[in-house]
Amino acid sequence: MPTKIEKDEYTGKETTGHEWDGIKELDTPLPRWWLNVWFVCIAFAAVYAVLYPSIPLGTTYWKGILGWSSSQAVAKSVAQMNARHAAFMKRIGELPIMQVAADPKLKEVALEAGRIAFAENCQPCHGPAGVGREGYPPLDTNFWLWGGTLPDIQRIIEYGIRSGDPKAHQSQMPAFGHDGILKPAQVTTVAHYVATLFGIEKPGPTTAAGYKLFQDNCAACHGPKGQGNQSVGAPPLASRVHLYGDTLAAIEYQINTPRGGVMPAWHTRLDAGTINSLAIYVHALGGGE
Amino acid sequence: MGVMETKRRVPKADQPPPQSSSLYANRVRVYPRAVRGLDRRVKWAILAVCLGVYYVTPWLRWDRGPGRPSQAVLLDIATERFFFFNLEFWPQDVFYLAGLLVLGAVTLFLVTSLFGRLWCGYTCPQTVWTDVFMAIERWIEGDRNERMRRDQRAFGLNRQGLDKAWRKLSKHAIWLAVSFWTGGAWIMYFADAPTTVVQFWSGTAPAPIYIYTFLFTSTTYVLAGWAREQVCTYMCPWPRFQSAMLDEQTITVTYQAWRGEPRGHHLKLDAAAGARLGDCVDCMACVHACPTGIDIRDGMQLECINCGLCADACNEVMGKLGRAKGLITWDTLARQNARKAGRQEKLHLWRARTFVYLGVLLVAISAMGVALAMRTHTAIAVAHDRMPLFVRLTNGDIRNGYMVDISNKMGRPADYVLTLDGPKGLTARPAGVMHLHAAADSILELRVWVSAPPESAHGSQRLLFRLHNLTNGEKVRYESVFLGPK
Repeated sequence: MPTKIEKDEYTGKETTGHEWDGIKELDTPLPRWWLNVWFVCIAFAAVYAVLYPSIPLGTTYWKGILGWSSSQAVAKSVAQMNARHAAFMKRIGELPIMQVAADPKLKEVALEAGRIAFAENCQPCHGPAGVGREGYPPLDTNFWLWGGTLPDIQRIIEYGIRSGDPKAHQSQMPAFGHDGILKPAQVTTVAHYVATLFGIEKPGPTTAAGYKLFQDNCAACHGPKGQGNQSVGAPPLASRVHLYGDTLAAIEYQINTPRGGVMPAWHTRLDAGTINSLAIYVHALGGGE
Repeated sequence: MGVMETKRRVPKADQPPPQSSSLYANRVRVYPRAVRGLDRRVKWAILAVCLGVYYVTPWLRWDRGPGRPSQAVLLDIATERFFFFNLEFWPQDVFYLAGLLVLGAVTLFLVTSLFGRLWCGYTCPQTVWTDVFMAIERWIEGDRNERMRRDQRAFGLNRQGLDKAWRKLSKHAIWLAVSFWTGGAWIMYFADAPTTVVQFWSGTAPAPIYIYTFLFTSTTYVLAGWAREQVCTYMCPWPRFQSAMLDEQTITVTYQAWRGEPRGHHLKLDAAAGARLGDCVDCMACVHACPTGIDIRDGMQLECINCGLCADACNEVMGKLGRAKGLITWDTLARQNARKAGRQEKLHLWRARTFVYLGVLLVAISAMGVALAMRTHTAIAVAHDRMPLFVRLTNGDIRNGYMVDISNKMGRPADYVLTLDGPKGLTARPAGVMHLHAAADSILELRVWVSAPPESAHGSQRLLFRLHNLTNGEKVRYESVFLGPK
């Protein structure tokens, strides 16, 4: 393209010398203010590049003479936040749990801290908001294996169940079917009786025989009416909530080869303040006694 | 001919438009002349009322009891409350603000369709403060001619130069003082006035108070001192859409061209030459009086704020010449056109447009009035748990969880009875009938669990929370749901 500098007759301005189909382009300079802003931006960028992390250098990068980094900034603000919470969490951990629950301000903090700790540690098994699932007890209803008062819950979280910790709750139901304590027909008979306890079966001749077997073998732990016993962790059987299913087959399976879940002892991983907060949060889910 | 006679923006018809037309227009300085007359007196009176209300309101006291703000009008951002004499608004009452804005807009439409831009000419803050600033300017630097003369002189160490310097300096000092007072008064609407004044001058006020006082001081100084009519012409949207409200039956400031034209100031010469002249003597008094620097004789235009100062200026001249007053007057376009054709026409103030505006206005006023009268000081809001929707208990009952918020909008504590109405056989925790107590001006949060036996807990059912405020007798309710398995 020819680039002959010429003056436009009409405006008196120079053209760029470019021409497309007879249309010529005026050589209009950028506005002075715009250029000034641009120069200021360039100067700013130069200063910024020296002060802050900016230039990639292969596997590393120029870290800037101020030594600032965004991950450090986040870590710093998290540390500041933790320091502000620390005083509260310390008191929540030191005081007896009933006293924490009686203090509105501490309880408010504990509920919030408990909610977060629950989502991080407990939700994988007990489900969101403690709804539970098969083998993992729901925490939002009045179905408690080892007790639902604040101290009960706190103790379970601290030492766990069958966790190996010396202070953990420990219990084992005998394998009545598998170990031959009851014959297979007797297992079926007692299972039919248990089914009447929570209403999936009507009482009849079979269940009457089951009643006898139940009182001889099961009532010692589960109670004469199947109401359960929290001191030995025997679940209530006269309940619409069940840990391992509410069908006849599920009952038979459990009499033959009983299962018992393991809950870790959390005092090895969480501090006292967090454990107390968790207990208060779980207690407030709806089932707390 | 001074600078004022140069017309702005409107190219003369007999000149070809310039080759490269620019969108930029240099500002022509306006030196409004002082006028006396009825419109001017009304304008002073309205100005005094507006400024009085603005400066005095924050200092009005209103006793709300101990520990409560005692300022009659206070927009307390920290506690999210708006106090207006005996009324107290919470953030959820914000629709009253929407109602007030609707009311303001429709009133503006109605007034504009009847009498033109009265708002612009008399009550707009831009007009009011510009008027004050112009009065100060006139008091220190003299009237139009004196100011124009002085502005052409240079500053310097001679008598004239020093005279200009001290006058300019004192004008801006007083402008800044008024601006500061204006910006400071604005802050008082958001913080207790006496406390804030003490804090401000002892240097203990929170930073935002200083920042906003500075901000509103500078905006007042710049807008009323320097920008003036440019705010109306270039910044304000109102002049752009006023034409939608105006029509030929709207009363506006009007030059009676049929009477004034042809204009001329060589009365005797022209008369001797046999020319018949109108009443306008082309003395420019109307143009010199105009605060936006326009010529009303060009007809209705964007810049005209309908203040009527040109009418006052013209009347003064007509009076001196012994001619009938009202060459520039308040009249409608339709009547002027009729007069031009030699007819008289009646005013048609009430027409479809004004009736519609009035109707909407009355509806808005009634709605606001009813809403305010029916306003309760008790509110209940219930949130049903989302996760889980319901829980089965060991005895088979279905339980739902709710978060209940009870707002006590009174300045004193209140007692309540909360009762539930829903599925058959429901039981509730804490209790089916709850006796509650809320502190003054607070929200009571309450966790409520409701259980129902399995036979009456199928699907989604209505659950009604009824709240009876025993302290003031108000009854409110909230309809929620009780959910169970299908």
